[in-house]
Amino acid sequence: MSGRANISAQGNRLLVLACGAIAKELVQLKSMLGVEFDLQCLPAGYHNTPQNIVPDMKAILDARGDEYDRILIGYGDCGTGGGLDRLLETYPKATRLPGAHCYAFFAGLPEFDAMMQEELGSFFLTDYLALHFETLIWKGMGLDRYPDLLGMYFANYKRVVYLAQTDDAAITAKAKAAADKLGLDFERRDTGYGLLYDDLKTFIESAKGEPAHV
Amino acid sequence: MSDQDEDIILKDLDDNELVAQMQDDLYDGMIPEVTEGTQILLDRGWDANMVLNDALVEGMRIVGEDFRDGILFVPEVLQSANAMKGGMGLLRPILANSSVNSSVGTFVIGTVKGDIHDIGKNLVGMMLEGAGFEVVDLGINTDVDQFLHAIDEHDPAILGMSALLTTTMPYMGVVIEELDKRDMLKDLPVMVGGAPLNQEFADAINAHTYGRDAAMSSELAKAIVGKNR
Ligand code: B12
Repeated sequence: MSGRANISAQGNRLLVLACGAIAKELVQLKSMLGVEFDLQCLPAGYHNTPQNIVPDMKAILDARGDEYDRILIGYGDCGTGGGLDRLLETYPKATRLPGAHCYAFFAGLPEFDAMMQEELGSFFLTDYLALHFETLIWKGMGLDRYPDLLGMYFANYKRVVYLAQTDDAAITAKAKAAADKLGLDFERRDTGYGLLYDDLKTFIESAKGEPAHV
Repeated sequence: MSDQDEDIILKDLDDNELVAQMQDDLYDGMIPEVTEGTQILLDRGWDANMVLNDALVEGMRIVGEDFRDGILFVPEVLQSANAMKGGMGLLRPILANSSVNSSVGTFVIGTVKGDIHDIGKNLVGMMLEGAGFEVVDLGINTDVDQFLHAIDEHDPAILGMSALLTTTMPYMGVVIEELDKRDMLKDLPVMVGGAPLNQEFADAINAHTYGRDAAMSSELAKAIVGKNR
């Protein structure tokens, strides 16, 4: 992306700076809500190396922050150990999605806690993770090279819970196949976009009330 | 590693070469080779402790460093850990039976309530065992009562807690507070660790020591009990 920021219908310049794992959902929501914002994503692979999130986020905020009136950070804490929130304290224009990770903000916070209460040995998939299970989880955890490690990773797990953003038989089949491959039970929960929808809407609407900087 | 390694006959190497080769094999997660090397050194009359420290623990320290620096990733570390376990399997019974090798102290360790990540904890446990601790592993999802019960039962020199989730990190503070209430903290140093933690967090919850990685943690634990084996 280069040049000037896109201006929303309200005249505000909005940026959503998010994890690549929710890029597709954000694009979908953008057209569903009929709103305008710029979207920039960090690599989804940072899920496995969360130490990269804060420095990269800082670099983008420093480089592009001035172009925008408000910035929504499309991340949970995501294993930064509070580091992301500490960073954002110094960028008052930026707000973060609620919760520890995307499973929580797709499911809803109390709903997520309830699922963990019900079965702590739950491994969660989203649409994105179901589609990219092979690359992010199977290969990411080295199970393609060392299948013997499966037990060391998943011995404490009982079930895969697929948190479905969309009603798509093909993705559900992929999620089910992932559960089979891990040797775990399978459950599907319709979550839709959960708090991602609510918060994006709030973000856009709250920006409306503010004077536009054109 | 490269194909030519397959041709190396471990028995033909002198002691120094063999130890270096074992460290390489450990790095590459070659379980049978590391086990074989351990046996050869023992057959040559090496003290079990020396085999453990010079070949296995030192090899694993290098692995840990490269993991920290982003050169190795979780699966490689796990493979190396499995190779180390292979060697430890041969050494453990010898160490247990020898009088000079009495434990430097008991270390009770567990992943805290609500968390079932255990790779880091297991690795720390293994390195602590390598450092001469008797390790009591409470497993995953450990609540304050289970910690208290284990402290009662095993009278550990150190208590260790692991957490990998932002949502479970605070529980370490809950356990420490409970220990404090019972006036147990002055006699029981608490070590904490896990990828999302840092020194600031450890200080904030009043932990005695923060362990960044397995090798560092075992050094710190030895320093706490003031014993090196
Ligand atoms: C491997 C992994 C898994 C494995 C766990 C296998 C297992 N048996 O433990 C699997 C794939 C199963 C998994 C599952 C989940 N995971 Co996970 N996982 C990771 C990952 C990639 C690496 C953790 C790891 O094992 N590292 C290797 C070890 C060697 O390092 P370590 O744990 O840091 O330990 C070292 C030090 O910290 C220290 N140490 C550790 N403990 C202790 C204790 C003491 C006393 C001391 C002194 C030192 C010490 O020494 C260790 C050795 O050097 C991290 C991301 C990351 N890079 O941290 C995410 C991560 C921790 N997971 C995460 C999440 C969200 C989950 C899931 C919810 C995902 C899902 N799809 O469902 C589930 C958990 C569900 C549940 N029911 O709880 C998030 C947590 C986010 C957050 N806000 O907290 C992370 C940060 C990924 C991310 N970026 O979002 N995970």
